[in-house]
Amino acid sequence: MAIAATTAAPVKIGRLRSWIVNSGPVLGIFAAIFVLWELGCWLFKVPDFILPSPSVIIDKIISSWWLLLVNGMVTAQEIVLGFGMSVAIGIPLAVLAVYSRIFERVAFPFMVSLQTIPKVALAPILVMWLGYGILPKVMVAFLISFFPIVISAVVGMRSAEKEMIYLVQSMGANELTTFLKIRLPKALPSIFGGLKVGMGQAVVGATVGEFIAAEQGLGYLQLISQVRLDTALLFAAVVVLSLLGVLLFNLVAWVERLAVPWNRMRTEMIE
Amino acid sequence: MASSGSGVQIGLRSVSKRYMTASGDAVDALGEIDLDVAAGEFVSIVGPSGCGKSTLMMLVSGLIPATTGTITVGGVPVKGAGGKAGIVFQRDVLLDWRTVFSNVMLPVEIKRLDKETHLKKARDLLRSVGLAEFEEKYPAELSGGMRQRVAICRALVQDPGLLLMDEPFGALDALTREQMNLDLQRIWLRDRNTVIFITHSIEEAVLLSDRVVVMTSRPGRIADILEVDLPRPRGAHTRSEKQFVDCVERIRRHFMALGVLSET
Repeated sequence: MAIAATTAAPVKIGRLRSWIVNSGPVLGIFAAIFVLWELGCWLFKVPDFILPSPSVIIDKIISSWWLLLVNGMVTAQEIVLGFGMSVAIGIPLAVLAVYSRIFERVAFPFMVSLQTIPKVALAPILVMWLGYGILPKVMVAFLISFFPIVISAVVGMRSAEKEMIYLVQSMGANELTTFLKIRLPKALPSIFGGLKVGMGQAVVGATVGEFIAAEQGLGYLQLISQVRLDTALLFAAVVVLSLLGVLLFNLVAWVERLAVPWNRMRTEMIE
Repeated sequence: MASSGSGVQIGLRSVSKRYMTASGDAVDALGEIDLDVAAGEFVSIVGPSGCGKSTLMMLVSGLIPATTGTITVGGVPVKGAGGKAGIVFQRDVLLDWRTVFSNVMLPVEIKRLDKETHLKKARDLLRSVGLAEFEEKYPAELSGGMRQRVAICRALVQDPGLLLMDEPFGALDALTREQMNLDLQRIWLRDRNTVIFITHSIEEAVLLSDRVVVMTSRPGRIADILEVDLPRPRGAHTRSEKQFVDCVERIRRHFMALGVLSET
């Protein structure tokens, strides 16, 4: 910690510079696309219901901010609950799979074979069973984000070298100590990899769930806008949904940086 | 140093190890072995791949049980892991998520030893291998040689009566390896732990050891034991001495006889 404090200032300047160097071209490309898009719409007089220009979409976001916020909150809730379920059930299952032979040989192949069912195809069934509320969307988000989280946790917890396990056993460590001091921390980078994929999937799951049957949410808002030929609102919903996805993804990435500081160190070393 | 002359005596009596493979075949990794190591002695074990060197180390540390025979460490029969041995592997297996200092303190945490006295010990050890400045670094920031030094400090912090080293310098470049040999000798001359040192390098074994055990393969048996009574501290000058050259030559001839080395 002491080292972090003393080297913080030069690192900060270096980071800002490398951020500009790294992100500059990407930002430039985005800016160019938006300018071309805006000009194209204006030059060819594209009607708004076919392709609204970026300025029209931004206007729409500002004028409909309350509608987008209320529906966005519903979708966010579904995503977070579905993702939370995946973590709460997936991580303990991964621990079981690592420690229980029977579980590994029976339950795990079963889970893998279930993975071949497209989760989206289950959505209509879930709606039939669970109704029009947020529950079926939470379930779709859960089902779709569950698998990457479990798999990456299992892979991570198995990644400890056998010498590492021997080493702590030779010091007299029991299974619990071995798990807490070796397997779990060793698995964290892999677990967070799975959580990031899972979070992205949960966004897809919740939105698709809302497409099937919903009374609120951003997916629902898109369906309504589509029927009303309100293309600008359709795009506005996509923008908000993307922002929501980016926000939630970065939230996981932020927790990762706090929980796995040594991993960032390693990637910085490689750079 | 509190650990001065803290080495323990090791005894192996008709120890053998037979593994069962997944297909149900029995593999004799280690034939019947009798070996005594005096307290504070440095013994190297050399032999071809598959001669059961690593198995021997696992047996002495209590990580796996022997099929026959008895092993005593400090006069006490080995029953399961958690004994007096400090272990160093070819891979340093440092924990990436811990700082250098916290890696060295791992045995203290797991064995629930007194923290205060061992904090000082850990600091002294790191200083003695030139890593005082690196206490708060993560392993990813260190070179291979530095990492292996940390691994050795980790094995030594608990005042082990016995140091088990399984090809500890096998992954290092030749120059770093020579330096590590000298560092290890210096630490050993100071602490006088009993050391069982497994290596593929004949020169390394002769340079460091009081005795060199030559093993045959499948099942592993002791082919020869050589006494090396060259004066200490040994170094680059030792390599040109007649006894050094003779010992290396004698071990090499064993390997030729075993068919591990051939000149044609």
